[in-house]
Amino acid sequence: MTYALEIKDLKKVYGTGVVALKGINLNVEEGDFYALLGPNGAGKSTTIGIITSLVNKTSGKVKVFGHDLDTDLVRLKQQIGLVPQEFNFNPFETVQQIVVNQAGYYGVSRKEALERSEKYLKQSDLWEKRNVRARMLSGGMKRRLMIARALMHEPRLLILDEPTAGVDIELRREMWTFLRELNKNGTTIILTTHYLEEAEMLCRNIGIIQSGELIENTSMKTLLAKLQFETFIFDLDRFDKKPEIKGYTSYFEDEQTLAVEIERNQGVNQLFEQLTQQGIKVLSMRNKSNRLEELFLKITEEKQPVEEKHV
Amino acid sequence: MFNLYFTALKSLAVKETNRYLRIWVQTLVPPVITTSLYFVIFGNLIGGRIGQMEGFSYMEFIVPGLIMMSVITSSYSNVSSSFFSQKFQKNIEELLIAPVPTHVIMWGFVFGGLGRSILVGILVTVISLFFVPLQVYSWLIIILTLFMTSILFSLAGLLNGIFAQSFDDVSIVPTFVLQPLTYLGGVFYSISMLPPFWQAVSKVNPIVYMISGFRYGFLGVIDVPVMVSMGILVIFIVALYAICWYLIEKGRGLRS
Repeated sequence: MTYALEIKDLKKVYGTGVVALKGINLNVEEGDFYALLGPNGAGKSTTIGIITSLVNKTSGKVKVFGHDLDTDLVRLKQQIGLVPQEFNFNPFETVQQIVVNQAGYYGVSRKEALERSEKYLKQSDLWEKRNVRARMLSGGMKRRLMIARALMHEPRLLILDEPTAGVDIELRREMWTFLRELNKNGTTIILTTHYLEEAEMLCRNIGIIQSGELIENTSMKTLLAKLQFETFIFDLDRFDKKPEIKGYTSYFEDEQTLAVEIERNQGVNQLFEQLTQQGIKVLSMRNKSNRLEELFLKITEEKQPVEEKHV
Repeated sequence: MFNLYFTALKSLAVKETNRYLRIWVQTLVPPVITTSLYFVIFGNLIGGRIGQMEGFSYMEFIVPGLIMMSVITSSYSNVSSSFFSQKFQKNIEELLIAPVPTHVIMWGFVFGGLGRSILVGILVTVISLFFVPLQVYSWLIIILTLFMTSILFSLAGLLNGIFAQSFDDVSIVPTFVLQPLTYLGGVFYSISMLPPFWQAVSKVNPIVYMISGFRYGFLGVIDVPVMVSMGILVIFIVALYAICWYLIEKGRGLRS
């Protein structure tokens, strides 16, 4: 089977001696929407840097749709579109110049590139801004410009390194719809993000990198099934006597806010019954944090190297 | 594959051309003003008192050198600042992630330097016509020297851009190396006027060969044999090309 991305025993030691990757093995299937998560400095950007040839690897193998990084670099590069974390376009060029030039670097003729620029700039809601210099765009527009630029050569694998950082929630949701559509049409997507809700909403499979090692590589469903409990927050109406909750681990975050850990399959009916019996009115209820976030913190905490834990 | 590389080269060359045309006030106007001042002060005002040099009026003598000086400065600074700016803004990554070989990247930048310096060379030549009629001894030598010098200093600028880590690094070489070498390269005098020792020292300066070759194309007079000038140019181009190619290929200052 040809994978969209195959990584074997990938290692990276920087000139300073910092070991960024300790031998990562990872396969991403064609058509997948894959989340690559990890704390800051875990090795996500180094991995992406190596795949896109911005970082030289120390050892290991990388293949994209069967094209080897060492022996078939040109074809490998043709398959990939990259949306980097930082804005890296020329701010003095116009929006259309940026996307048309980028297409040219991939061998797309100018005529074809101009046609595609209309398609992708319209999709990104930037067509009206095509003659505006990139530095004049808002943060959200700049993000969309980077996505449009990455799509100009119609890559089979799109890598997004924190594409929604600093983007407001409305725009983020628009981008999610856009990315889902893109994935539905056959583009394999690899996403790194700090918004775990984003990963949960979009991705089917997930890998977690920590301290240069891939500590989880599974489907989102399987990973979420590992979650033993979720913490819920109940905003309570005024009461005379603090309620006693039996069968649940609970604590008060403040006078009116009750946090309750609810185990898998435990249900909340009993909890509501207890509160009702004690005359407590629940005003609202919500998750303490996103469930993937809770799991992510738990996994990364467990797998933290001993020496780091005691620092 | 040829189509891919050719389209990529065209895109990069167009981008580089657009860059210096977009900022024409910074790239095209200053050399024209500076050289006009040289023509007025050295050629017209002082030159009249100097008399003949190698059988030509002083103004006629310095025209080729001044054109060459503008060409050298323009090609060098175009590539060094463009390459470093792209490194600084990180948009060099657009090229590094694309299927563009190092040769194409290098020629793309060289085309930028070549285009700007030839345009500046033409503008300065047009200005010189207000002061002295154009003399041409050999168009072939003029064009060959012009193109080769421009390519050479575009590559030198690229080398500077590769190593530069700040904007200061980009301006240090033109100020402290390029300008003194150009002034001492025979723009305003013939090196045959110097005592034998200083003539020998001058011949270590590669710019002497470029100005001499260029002046030969215009006036038919030489400080050093024209084939030596051409040979030196070719050697420097090949050496600089090889060094730049190796450094970009290895990702010096570009890839971690």
